[in-house]
Amino acid sequence: MSTSVDTIRDLAQQDYKWGFVTDIEHEQVPKGLNEEIIRIISAKKQEPAFMLEWRLKAFRHWMSLEQAQAEPTWANIKYSPINYQDIVYYSAPKQKKQLNSLDEIDPEILRTYEKLGIPLAEQKMLAGVAVDAVFDSVSVATTFKEKLGELGVIFCSFSEAVQKHPELVQKYLGSVVPYTDNFFAALNAAVFTDGSFVYVPKGVRCPMELSTYFRINAAETGQFERTLIVADEGAYVSYLEGCTAPIRDENQLHAAVVELVALDNAQIKYSTVQNWYPGDKEGRGGIYNFVTKRGNCKGVNSKISWTQVETGSAITWKYPSCILQGDNSIGEFYSVALTNNYQQADTGTKMIHLGKNTSSTIVSKGISAGHGQNTYRGMVKIQKNATGARNYTQCDSLLIGDKCGAHTFPYIEVKNSSARMEHEASTSKIGEDQLFYLRQRGLKTEDAVSMIVNGFCKQVFRELPMEFAVEAQKLLSVSLEGSVG
Amino acid sequence: MKEKEIRMSLLEIKNLHASVGGHEILKGIDLTINAGEVHSIMGPNGSGKSTLAQVLARREAYEVTAGEVLFNGKDLLAMKPEDAACEGVFMAFQYPVEVPGIGNTYFLRSALNAIRKYRGQEEMDAMDFLPMFREKLKLLEMDDKLMNRSVNEGFSGGEKKRNEILQMAVLQPKLAILDETDSGLDIDALRIVANGVNALRGPERGMLVVTHYQRLLNYIVPDFVHVLVDGRIVRSGGKGLALELEEKGYGWIEAEAQATPA
Repeated sequence: MSTSVDTIRDLAQQDYKWGFVTDIEHEQVPKGLNEEIIRIISAKKQEPAFMLEWRLKAFRHWMSLEQAQAEPTWANIKYSPINYQDIVYYSAPKQKKQLNSLDEIDPEILRTYEKLGIPLAEQKMLAGVAVDAVFDSVSVATTFKEKLGELGVIFCSFSEAVQKHPELVQKYLGSVVPYTDNFFAALNAAVFTDGSFVYVPKGVRCPMELSTYFRINAAETGQFERTLIVADEGAYVSYLEGCTAPIRDENQLHAAVVELVALDNAQIKYSTVQNWYPGDKEGRGGIYNFVTKRGNCKGVNSKISWTQVETGSAITWKYPSCILQGDNSIGEFYSVALTNNYQQADTGTKMIHLGKNTSSTIVSKGISAGHGQNTYRGMVKIQKNATGARNYTQCDSLLIGDKCGAHTFPYIEVKNSSARMEHEASTSKIGEDQLFYLRQRGLKTEDAVSMIVNGFCKQVFRELPMEFAVEAQKLLSVSLEGSVG
Repeated sequence: MKEKEIRMSLLEIKNLHASVGGHEILKGIDLTINAGEVHSIMGPNGSGKSTLAQVLARREAYEVTAGEVLFNGKDLLAMKPEDAACEGVFMAFQYPVEVPGIGNTYFLRSALNAIRKYRGQEEMDAMDFLPMFREKLKLLEMDDKLMNRSVNEGFSGGEKKRNEILQMAVLQPKLAILDETDSGLDIDALRIVANGVNALRGPERGMLVVTHYQRLLNYIVPDFVHVLVDGRIVRSGGKGLALELEEKGYGWIEAEAQATPA
C-alpha cells in the first residue's frame, strides 16, 4: 500500500512551467499605500475626476476596515498577515511612446506571451480569439479591436475605457461589486491599475471568444485588475481569462474584481483557467489569489455562467456569484479546484435569487493532493419574492493521498416556500482499486490518475470552450504529475 | 514430449509464497502453464485462489516473500502491473471497478494503445478500432449503447463480467486470468461469458480459470484442474477431477491434505 501512496506523492510533485521572469524595464511607484499613491496612479492613467474620487472613497473605506482589522478571517485558509505597506501598487513595462500596433510592443513581452502560448501575434489570430493581455498592472495589447468595433463591440483595456467610454464606466463601475463590498474589493477599487472592459451592444452576438491573459512579472508587486463586462439587451458574449506568474519565494497578492451585467435576454459566459504560481513543494512563495467576482442578471431571461478551473495560487479565495434579479434569469457555476503540495483553496459561489422563476446550477469539483486543503463554500439564497426559484447543487471532492483535506460548507437560505432545492455531495478517494484496475489494463500510473481525475471533472470541462477544455485537461495532468501511484 | 521440453513455458511458478498484511496466504505454489493450455484452480473459500490471481497481476498490496515466477522467461515479479499487462497478462476482475466520467470505448482504446506503444506498434486510430470493437461486442452479445456510458458505471453484475471478457477480447492477452468470473452470473450470462472465453482459446494463449464451482467448467472445459487448499496445490488432474469435487465436495481432499502435509 505504501508504494501507491508514494507514487501519489510523486505524481503530485511537478514543476511549474510558467515560472520564468521577463527581463524588461519597469516603471514603478514606491512601495506602500496612501492617498498620494492613489493620486499618482490616477494621474498616470489620466483619469477623469469621478474616477479619482471613487478611488479615494474606496481607499478611505479600506483604511477604516484595515484599522478595524476587518480583513476577512472566516475562510478556511491560513497565511501570515499581509503587510499592505510592503507592496508596489503600480508597475508598468517602460514604454517610450504610445503604441499603435502589436509590432511596437517590447519584443521581450511578446516572447513571454509566446512562451505562455497565447495567440497574441497577429498570425495566430486565426484561432478566433481576441486577446487583451495584462502584464503586471497594465494592459499591453488588445487584438482584434477593429473587427469587433464594426459590430459595436467594445473590447479594450480598462484604462482605455475610462478615457473613451467614461459614461459606460461611470454607469456600471461598482454597480455589482461596490467598493464597500469587502476588504479586498475596497483595496482593489482604490488601487486597481488596469483590466479589461467589454460592452456588447443590443442584439449583438459577439462572434469570437474574448480573452484576457494576466501575467504578474515584477517582484513585490501586487496585481489589482478590474474587469467589467456589460451585455446589453439580447447580447451574447463568451469571455476567457488565463493567468500565470513567475516563480518567486515571497508571496504576491492578486486582488481582482470582476463585474458582469446582463440586461434583458442577454447572456454572458465567463471562463477562467487560473494557473498563478502555486508556491514550491514546501509551500514557499506563490500567489494569494483574493478575488471578488460577481454577475448581475439584471434583465429578464438573462443568463450568467461562470466556469473556472483553478489549479494555481498558494491561496485561492474566490466566489464567482450571480444575483438573479431579472425574472426567469439563470445563474450557473461550474468549478474545478485543484490543490496540491501546500496549496489552499476556499472557493465556491453565491446564488442570490430575487426574481421570479429564477434558477441556478452549481457543480463544484474539488481535488486535493499532497498537503492541499480544498474547501467548497457556497450560498444559495431564495428571497421572499423569488417565487418558483430552483437550485441544483452538486459538490464532489476527490482526495489523492492521505495528507490532504476536503471541506464543504453549503449555506442555504430559503424565504419563499415555492422554492425547489436539490443538494448532492460526495467525497471519494482515488482508490488503489481504481488505479490497479486501469494499470492492469496497461495504463501507466500517471495516465491512470489523469484519466480518473479528468473523468471526475468531465461535467465542468464540457462547459469550457473547446480549446480551453483541452488546455485545462493538460494543466490538470501537469499539476498532478508525480502525485499518484 | 521432447519438443515440449525445448519450448519455453508461458508461465512458470516456482515455490511461490505470498502474504497480505503479514498473513501468509500462498505457501509454496508450483505451477506451469504452456501456451494453448487452460488450467483451472479450484478450492474452498480462503484457500488462496484469488491471491494467486492478484499476485500474477502484480497487485502491490500482496507481498511475495519467496519464490519465482517467469512469464515468457521474464521475471514477472519484477514487473509493475502496467508492465505485466503490456507483456500480455490480463486479469478479469472478480469485482470490476467503476470509473466515472470515462467512456468505455475511450478507455479500452487508450488501454489497447498503451499496450501497442509498449510493444513498439503503431497506435490504433478510431477508424480501425471501431470495426474490430463492434465485432467483439457482438461476440459478448453486448448493447453498444453501454459503451457510451462510463466504465462499468450503472452496469449490472452480469454486464460488468461481460465487459471484462470484452476487454480481454480486445486486448488479446497471452495469459488470461479469470478470477471467479462465474460468481453472480445467471445461466444465460454464464453461457455468453463462456462463449466469449472459448472464442479466445488458441494455441498462443494460456488461461488460468479461478473458480469455486465446477459449473463454469462445464462451459469452459479445462485441460488441467488444480485444487488449492491452505495456500498449496494439493492435487492436480484432468477435467475429471472437477467432477469428482462437484460430487464429493472439498472435505475429503482437505482431510487428505492434512494427513499428508506437503
